[in-house]
Amino acid sequence: MDYNPTIPIWVQVSTMLRRQICAGTLSPGSKLPGGRDLAAEYGINPNTAARVYQELEREGICTTKRGMGTFVTQDENKIKEVRTQMAGDAARAYLAEIHGLGLRTEDAIRMLETAEGGKDAEK
Amino acid sequence: MLKSEELTKKFGGKTAVDHVSMELEKGHIYAMLGPNGSGKTTWMKMAAGLMKPTSGTVSFEGMPVGLESRKHVAYMSTEPYFYSWMTIRDVGQYYEDFFDDFSMEKYRQLLREMELEEEMKTKTLSSGMAAKLKIAVTLARDASVYMLDEPFNGIDLLARDEIRRCIISEAAEDKLLLLSSHLVEEMEAVADRAVFIKYGKLVEVRDLEEMRLTDGVSMADRYREIYGHTEVKQA
Repeated sequence: MDYNPTIPIWVQVSTMLRRQICAGTLSPGSKLPGGRDLAAEYGINPNTAARVYQELEREGICTTKRGMGTFVTQDENKIKEVRTQMAGDAARAYLAEIHGLGLRTEDAIRMLETAEGGKDAEK
Repeated sequence: MLKSEELTKKFGGKTAVDHVSMELEKGHIYAMLGPNGSGKTTWMKMAAGLMKPTSGTVSFEGMPVGLESRKHVAYMSTEPYFYSWMTIRDVGQYYEDFFDDFSMEKYRQLLREMELEEEMKTKTLSSGMAAKLKIAVTLARDASVYMLDEPFNGIDLLARDEIRRCIISEAAEDKLLLLSSHLVEEMEAVADRAVFIKYGKLVEVRDLEEMRLTDGVSMADRYREIYGHTEVKQA
């Protein structure tokens, strides 16, 4: 696994898990690997893995049941909320990039339509 | 768990370890960093009870390092280990005779994970395989402290993932792992604390996630800051 070593590893791994939860790869209510297994799977320190779960719990996207492990929340609204937030972040990052190139928001929207249609969809 | 106070070792006129005071706590994986010759191996050997300090002390759980502490501290040195007539199975039996906490079952499991066969003769092993064998036989002990000197040396890129997994699986709340390496990047995600040693002196002990969060620097960045223009060896 390649991480950006200048950003806390727990931030990066929790983003990966959050993404899988939003995408449905990890379905609501499903059981997540134990801290040690998560550490081995992602090649990270076990304390970092524990921090990942603490963070996801704090956000309410995961819950830990004593003696049973950590689970993805069953609350679909919560997942939707996180998905909206992550998508919003991605949209703002894209817009900032386009504006940085000296283009306007209308251009950004047009570029998106073009990109979705593939290379040949040039109007 | 492992504490050194004013620990010093001199070889003739040269001071290899210079008044190092630090306490390493259980529940963490420490990376011990510094260019070759900075005193990492000498510190480890004294902590393992294999070398006497010139002055200062080193203790394990409050007792001076010695015969008793050696039962709880598993140490892997950089030097070659095995008699050439030995098979990998013989190496395990040799260790089993030596250490009460050696588990043959754990050893076999580690051998499987590292793709080593018990029938192989140690003299026929490639350097990478011999390096993996050293790690397997050390981790097969049920110790409280594991000190691995340069565990990634001589191990190719792909096998390093296996080693990392084995090391991570060994970590626990009641254990302490200390890994020295000049392959700094290999340990970024594995270690949670780093010990920086320069010219035999302790520079600092840092919590890595904390350092990334507050300073936005990686362990390798900090290494470059501390050791100046010393090249950080790439994988």
